[in-house]
Amino acid sequence: MLLIFFLVTTSMDTDMGLARRLPQPPDENQEEAQVDIKSRNIMYVRLNSEGQLWMKDETFSDYVDISILRQRVKDFVRNEQNFSKWPEKHVKNIDLLGRCFVTDKHVISVQTARDTPYNAYFQVQNELVAAYNELRNELSKEKFGRTWDNLTTEEKDAVRQYYPQNISEAEPKKYPGEK
Amino acid sequence: MAGFKRKEGREMVEMNTSSLPDLIFTILFFFMMVTTMREVTLKVKFVVPQGTELEKLEKKSAVSFIYVGPPTDQLRAQMGSGTRIQLNDRYAEPKEVMDFVAAERQGMVNEGDQVISIKADQHTQMGYITDIKEVLRKSWALRLNYSASRRN
Repeated sequence: MLLIFFLVTTSMDTDMGLARRLPQPPDENQEEAQVDIKSRNIMYVRLNSEGQLWMKDETFSDYVDISILRQRVKDFVRNEQNFSKWPEKHVKNIDLLGRCFVTDKHVISVQTARDTPYNAYFQVQNELVAAYNELRNELSKEKFGRTWDNLTTEEKDAVRQYYPQNISEAEPKKYPGEK
Repeated sequence: MAGFKRKEGREMVEMNTSSLPDLIFTILFFFMMVTTMREVTLKVKFVVPQGTELEKLEKKSAVSFIYVGPPTDQLRAQMGSGTRIQLNDRYAEPKEVMDFVAAERQGMVNEGDQVISIKADQHTQMGYITDIKEVLRKSWALRLNYSASRRN
Protein backbone atom coordinates (compact mmCIF):
# COMPACT_ATOMS: atom_id res chain seq x y z
CA MET A 1 0.00 0.00 0.00
CA LEU A 2 2.84 2.37 0.85
CA LEU A 3 4.44 1.48 -2.43
CA ILE A 4 1.31 2.39 -4.33
CA PHE A 5 1.04 5.61 -2.33
CA PHE A 6 4.54 6.63 -3.35
CA LEU A 7 3.99 5.71 -6.97
CA VAL A 8 0.88 7.87 -7.07
CA THR A 9 2.32 10.87 -5.24
CA THR A 10 5.52 10.99 -7.27
CA SER A 11 3.66 10.99 -10.56
CA MET A 12 1.23 13.57 -9.20
CA ASP A 13 4.07 16.00 -8.82
CA THR A 14 3.62 17.49 -12.28
CA ASP A 15 5.03 20.78 -13.32
CA MET A 16 2.68 23.51 -14.38
CA GLY A 17 3.44 26.51 -16.43
CA LEU A 18 2.31 29.06 -18.94
CA ALA A 19 2.89 27.68 -22.40
CA ARG A 20 4.07 30.16 -25.00
CA ARG A 21 5.50 29.90 -28.47
CA LEU A 22 8.40 31.95 -29.70
CA PRO A 23 8.44 33.35 -33.22
CA GLN A 24 10.77 31.74 -35.69
CA PRO A 25 14.27 33.15 -35.88
CA PRO A 26 14.75 35.80 -38.54
CA ASP A 27 16.50 34.71 -41.69
CA GLU A 28 19.99 36.13 -41.55
CA ASN A 29 20.68 36.11 -45.27
CA GLN A 30 17.51 37.85 -46.08
CA GLU A 31 16.81 41.49 -45.64
CA GLU A 32 14.16 41.71 -43.00
CA ALA A 33 10.86 42.60 -44.47
CA GLN A 34 9.50 45.65 -42.83
CA VAL A 35 5.93 44.92 -42.13
CA ASP A 36 3.83 47.98 -41.79
CA ILE A 37 1.04 47.59 -39.35
CA LYS A 38 -1.67 50.15 -39.21
CA SER A 39 -1.60 51.96 -35.93
CA ARG A 40 -5.21 51.08 -35.22
CA ASN A 41 -4.21 47.43 -35.20
CA ILE A 42 -1.53 47.72 -32.55
CA MET A 43 -1.93 47.75 -28.85
CA TYR A 44 1.23 48.51 -26.94
CA VAL A 45 1.78 47.05 -23.54
CA ARG A 46 4.93 48.22 -21.88
CA LEU A 47 6.47 47.42 -18.55
CA ASN A 48 8.95 49.79 -17.00
CA SER A 49 11.73 48.89 -14.60
CA GLU A 50 9.42 49.18 -11.60
CA GLY A 51 7.00 46.74 -13.17
CA GLN A 52 4.43 49.42 -13.89
CA LEU A 53 2.14 48.76 -16.79
CA TRP A 54 1.60 51.28 -19.53
CA MET A 55 -0.69 50.62 -22.42
CA LYS A 56 -1.61 52.45 -25.56
CA ASP A 57 -3.94 52.07 -28.47
CA GLU A 58 -5.58 54.67 -30.69
CA THR A 59 -8.08 55.59 -28.05
CA PHE A 60 -6.13 55.47 -24.88
CA SER A 61 -2.69 55.70 -23.41
CA ASP A 62 -1.84 55.71 -19.76
CA TYR A 63 -0.42 53.78 -16.86
CA VAL A 64 -3.00 51.27 -15.78
CA ASP A 65 -3.46 48.60 -13.17
CA ILE A 66 -3.03 45.02 -14.33
CA SER A 67 -6.56 44.15 -13.25
CA ILE A 68 -8.13 46.01 -16.17
CA LEU A 69 -5.70 44.70 -18.79
CA ARG A 70 -7.72 41.59 -19.50
CA GLN A 71 -10.96 43.43 -20.24
CA ARG A 72 -9.24 46.02 -22.40
CA VAL A 73 -7.49 43.37 -24.44
CA LYS A 74 -10.75 41.51 -24.90
CA ASP A 75 -12.58 44.64 -26.07
CA PHE A 76 -9.71 45.51 -28.35
CA VAL A 77 -9.48 42.11 -30.01
CA ARG A 78 -13.20 41.63 -30.28
CA ASN A 79 -14.04 45.12 -31.54
CA GLU A 80 -17.71 44.36 -31.51
CA GLN A 81 -18.95 47.67 -32.90
CA ASN A 82 -16.32 47.76 -35.63
CA PHE A 83 -14.97 50.90 -34.08
CA SER A 84 -12.63 52.75 -36.40
CA LYS A 85 -9.89 53.09 -33.82
CA TRP A 86 -9.69 49.46 -32.94
CA PRO A 87 -8.47 46.64 -35.19
CA GLU A 88 -9.96 46.46 -38.64
CA LYS A 89 -12.22 43.58 -39.50
CA HIS A 90 -11.88 41.34 -42.50
CA VAL A 91 -14.18 38.84 -44.09
CA LYS A 92 -12.66 35.43 -43.70
CA ASN A 93 -13.99 32.03 -44.59
CA ILE A 94 -13.35 29.62 -41.80
CA ASP A 95 -14.29 25.95 -41.95
CA LEU A 96 -17.19 25.14 -39.65
CA LEU A 97 -17.83 28.82 -38.92
CA GLY A 98 -18.48 30.12 -42.42
CA ARG A 99 -18.00 33.76 -43.34
CA CYS A 100 -16.80 35.73 -40.38
CA PHE A 101 -15.59 39.21 -39.66
CA VAL A 102 -12.33 38.76 -37.86
CA THR A 103 -9.70 41.08 -36.45
CA ASP A 104 -6.83 38.84 -37.41
CA LYS A 105 -4.51 41.74 -38.23
CA HIS A 106 -4.35 42.94 -34.66
CA VAL A 107 -1.05 42.85 -32.80
CA ILE A 108 -0.40 43.16 -29.13
CA SER A 109 3.10 44.35 -28.62
CA VAL A 110 4.67 43.57 -25.27
CA GLN A 111 7.83 45.42 -24.45
CA THR A 112 9.88 45.26 -21.32
CA ALA A 113 12.93 46.97 -19.95
CA ARG A 114 15.96 44.91 -19.05
CA ASP A 115 15.34 45.44 -15.38
CA THR A 116 11.61 44.76 -15.38
CA PRO A 117 10.85 42.17 -12.71
CA TYR A 118 10.04 38.79 -14.22
CA ASN A 119 6.92 38.52 -12.11
CA ALA A 120 5.37 41.62 -13.69
CA TYR A 121 6.06 40.26 -17.14
CA PHE A 122 4.64 36.90 -16.22
CA GLN A 123 1.45 38.43 -14.86
CA VAL A 124 0.98 40.36 -18.11
CA GLN A 125 1.49 37.20 -20.14
CA ASN A 126 -0.96 35.41 -17.89
CA GLU A 127 -3.59 38.12 -18.38
CA LEU A 128 -3.10 38.12 -22.14
CA VAL A 129 -3.50 34.37 -22.35
CA ALA A 130 -6.51 34.63 -20.06
CA ALA A 131 -8.08 37.25 -22.34
CA TYR A 132 -7.65 35.05 -25.40
CA ASN A 133 -8.90 32.01 -23.54
CA GLU A 134 -12.02 33.86 -22.47
CA LEU A 135 -12.67 35.12 -25.99
CA ARG A 136 -12.25 31.65 -27.43
CA ASN A 137 -14.40 30.16 -24.75
CA GLU A 138 -17.19 32.65 -25.45
CA LEU A 139 -17.06 31.91 -29.16
CA SER A 140 -17.06 28.17 -28.56
CA LYS A 141 -20.14 28.45 -26.41
CA GLU A 142 -21.88 30.66 -28.93
CA LYS A 143 -21.10 28.58 -32.02
CA PHE A 144 -20.84 25.04 -30.73
CA GLY A 145 -22.64 25.20 -27.40
CA ARG A 146 -19.66 23.76 -25.57
CA THR A 147 -16.69 25.12 -23.72
CA TRP A 148 -13.31 25.36 -25.39
CA ASP A 149 -11.99 22.33 -23.55
CA ASN A 150 -14.75 20.13 -24.95
CA LEU A 151 -14.28 21.03 -28.60
CA THR A 152 -12.87 18.65 -31.17
CA THR A 153 -9.54 19.43 -32.79
CA GLU A 154 -11.18 20.79 -35.94
CA GLU A 155 -13.49 23.04 -33.97
CA LYS A 156 -10.60 24.33 -31.89
CA ASP A 157 -8.76 25.09 -35.08
CA ALA A 158 -11.68 27.11 -36.39
CA VAL A 159 -11.92 29.11 -33.19
CA ARG A 160 -8.17 29.66 -33.25
CA GLN A 161 -8.48 31.12 -36.72
CA TYR A 162 -11.21 33.42 -35.50
CA TYR A 163 -9.11 34.67 -32.60
CA PRO A 164 -5.45 34.17 -33.45
CA GLN A 165 -2.98 35.03 -30.71
CA ASN A 166 -0.85 37.82 -32.09
CA ILE A 167 1.47 38.73 -29.31
CA SER A 168 4.70 40.30 -30.39
CA GLU A 169 7.45 40.49 -27.85
CA ALA A 170 10.19 42.16 -29.80
CA GLU A 171 10.25 45.39 -31.72
CA PRO A 172 6.92 45.31 -33.51
CA LYS A 173 8.31 46.77 -36.70
CA LYS A 174 10.91 44.08 -37.01
CA TYR A 175 9.07 40.95 -36.12
CA PRO A 176 5.35 40.87 -36.46
CA GLY A 177 3.60 38.68 -33.97
CA GLU A 178 3.61 34.99 -34.42
CA LYS A 179 1.29 32.50 -32.87
CA MET B 1 11.06 -37.29 16.64
CA ALA B 2 8.70 -37.31 13.71
CA GLY B 3 6.72 -34.51 15.39
CA PHE B 4 9.84 -32.40 15.79
CA LYS B 5 10.66 -32.70 12.12
CA ARG B 6 7.18 -31.60 11.11
CA LYS B 7 7.42 -28.55 13.38
CA GLU B 8 10.72 -27.48 11.75
CA GLY B 9 9.14 -27.62 8.30
CA ARG B 10 6.29 -25.34 9.41
CA GLU B 11 8.76 -22.79 10.74
CA MET B 12 10.42 -22.62 7.34
CA VAL B 13 7.12 -21.72 5.73
CA GLU B 14 6.54 -18.97 8.27
CA MET B 15 9.94 -17.46 7.60
CA ASN B 16 9.24 -17.19 3.88
CA THR B 17 6.03 -15.23 4.34
CA SER B 18 7.56 -12.85 6.87
CA SER B 19 10.19 -11.66 4.42
CA LEU B 20 7.53 -10.44 2.05
CA PRO B 21 7.09 -6.99 3.67
CA ASP B 22 10.86 -6.52 3.58
CA LEU B 23 10.85 -7.20 -0.12
CA ILE B 24 8.13 -4.67 -0.66
CA PHE B 25 9.97 -2.13 1.46
CA THR B 26 13.07 -2.68 -0.64
CA ILE B 27 11.09 -1.89 -3.77
CA LEU B 28 9.53 1.11 -2.05
CA PHE B 29 12.92 2.52 -1.08
CA PHE B 30 14.21 1.82 -4.54
CA PHE B 31 11.41 3.91 -6.01
CA MET B 32 11.94 6.67 -3.50
CA MET B 33 15.60 6.84 -4.38
CA VAL B 34 15.04 6.78 -8.11
CA THR B 35 12.44 9.53 -8.05
CA THR B 36 14.64 11.85 -6.01
CA MET B 37 17.78 11.02 -7.96
CA ARG B 38 16.26 12.11 -11.22
CA GLU B 39 16.07 15.74 -10.28
CA VAL B 40 19.12 17.92 -10.54
CA THR B 41 20.54 19.45 -7.42
CA LEU B 42 19.41 23.01 -7.42
CA LYS B 43 22.07 25.63 -7.19
CA VAL B 44 19.75 28.56 -7.51
CA LYS B 45 16.91 29.65 -5.33
CA PHE B 46 13.66 30.55 -6.93
CA VAL B 47 10.03 31.15 -6.19
CA VAL B 48 8.06 30.82 -9.40
CA PRO B 49 5.33 33.35 -10.11
CA GLN B 50 1.70 32.48 -9.70
CA GLY B 51 -0.73 32.33 -12.56
CA THR B 52 -4.19 31.20 -13.50
CA GLU B 53 -3.92 30.07 -17.11
CA LEU B 54 -1.52 27.24 -16.55
CA GLU B 55 -1.12 24.07 -18.49
CA LYS B 56 0.39 20.85 -17.32
CA LEU B 57 3.69 19.83 -18.79
CA GLU B 58 3.06 16.74 -20.79
CA LYS B 59 5.62 14.35 -22.22
CA LYS B 60 8.15 14.81 -19.49
CA SER B 61 10.90 13.24 -21.56
CA ALA B 62 10.68 16.14 -24.01
CA VAL B 63 11.02 18.83 -21.36
CA SER B 64 14.27 20.50 -20.43
CA PHE B 65 14.53 22.88 -17.54
CA ILE B 66 16.43 26.11 -17.25
CA TYR B 67 16.69 27.50 -13.76
CA VAL B 68 17.18 31.18 -13.16
CA GLY B 69 17.65 32.84 -9.82
CA PRO B 70 20.15 33.89 -7.16
CA PRO B 71 22.55 31.22 -5.81
CA THR B 72 21.40 29.17 -2.84
CA ASP B 73 22.40 30.27 0.64
CA GLN B 74 25.28 27.78 0.85
CA LEU B 75 26.78 28.99 -2.40
CA ARG B 76 26.19 32.65 -1.83
CA ALA B 77 29.54 33.19 -0.14
CA GLN B 78 31.40 32.02 -3.22
CA MET B 79 29.10 33.08 -5.99
CA GLY B 80 27.59 36.33 -4.76
CA SER B 81 23.92 37.09 -4.90
CA GLY B 82 23.55 38.06 -8.54
CA THR B 83 21.13 36.19 -10.77
CA ARG B 84 22.53 33.00 -12.22
CA ILE B 85 21.37 30.59 -14.87
CA GLN B 86 21.60 26.90 -14.10
CA LEU B 87 21.71 24.25 -16.79
CA ASN B 88 21.85 20.66 -15.56
CA ASP B 89 24.17 20.75 -12.58
CA ARG B 90 26.17 23.88 -13.11
CA TYR B 91 25.98 27.59 -13.63
CA ALA B 92 26.08 28.77 -17.20
CA GLU B 93 26.11 31.82 -19.39
CA PRO B 94 23.13 32.63 -21.62
CA LYS B 95 25.04 31.69 -24.75
CA GLU B 96 25.64 28.17 -23.43
CA VAL B 97 21.92 27.58 -23.64
CA MET B 98 22.32 26.79 -27.31
CA ASP B 99 24.61 23.82 -26.64
CA PHE B 100 22.35 22.72 -23.83
CA VAL B 101 19.33 22.73 -26.12
CA ALA B 102 21.22 20.75 -28.75
CA ALA B 103 22.41 18.23 -26.17
CA GLU B 104 18.93 17.80 -24.78
CA ARG B 105 17.56 17.36 -28.26
CA GLN B 106 19.84 14.37 -28.85
CA GLY B 107 17.91 11.16 -28.64
CA MET B 108 14.52 12.76 -28.65
CA VAL B 109 12.05 10.86 -30.76
CA ASN B 110 10.34 13.91 -32.12
CA GLU B 111 12.47 17.01 -32.03
CA GLY B 112 9.55 19.30 -32.66
CA ASP B 113 8.07 18.27 -29.34
CA GLN B 114 10.90 19.75 -27.36
CA VAL B 115 9.69 22.09 -24.65
CA ILE B 116 11.94 24.36 -22.63
CA SER B 117 10.61 25.14 -19.21
CA ILE B 118 12.00 28.27 -17.63
CA LYS B 119 11.91 28.10 -13.87
CA ALA B 120 12.78 31.61 -12.91
CA ASP B 121 12.52 33.51 -9.69
CA GLN B 122 9.82 36.14 -9.48
CA HIS B 123 12.30 38.93 -8.90
CA THR B 124 14.62 38.09 -11.76
CA GLN B 125 15.21 40.96 -14.09
CA MET B 126 13.72 40.51 -17.53
CA GLY B 127 17.10 41.04 -19.21
CA TYR B 128 18.17 37.51 -18.30
CA ILE B 129 14.93 36.04 -19.58
CA THR B 130 15.13 38.04 -22.79
CA ASP B 131 18.68 36.83 -23.38
CA ILE B 132 17.63 33.22 -22.87
CA LYS B 133 14.64 33.67 -25.13
CA GLU B 134 16.77 35.16 -27.87
CA VAL B 135 19.17 32.21 -27.73
CA LEU B 136 16.31 29.72 -27.66
CA ARG B 137 14.85 31.36 -30.68
CA LYS B 138 18.13 31.09 -32.55
CA SER B 139 18.42 27.43 -31.67
CA TRP B 140 14.90 26.73 -32.85
CA ALA B 141 13.56 25.70 -29.49
CA LEU B 142 10.37 27.62 -29.89
CA ARG B 143 8.08 25.91 -27.45
CA LEU B 144 8.46 27.58 -24.15
CA ASN B 145 6.90 27.15 -20.78
CA TYR B 146 7.13 29.67 -17.98
CA SER B 147 6.98 27.54 -14.90
CA ALA B 148 4.50 28.76 -12.33
CA SER B 149 2.29 27.66 -9.50
CA ARG B 150 -1.45 27.91 -9.43
CA ARG B 151 -3.01 30.93 -7.82
CA ASN B 152 -6.14 30.29 -5.85
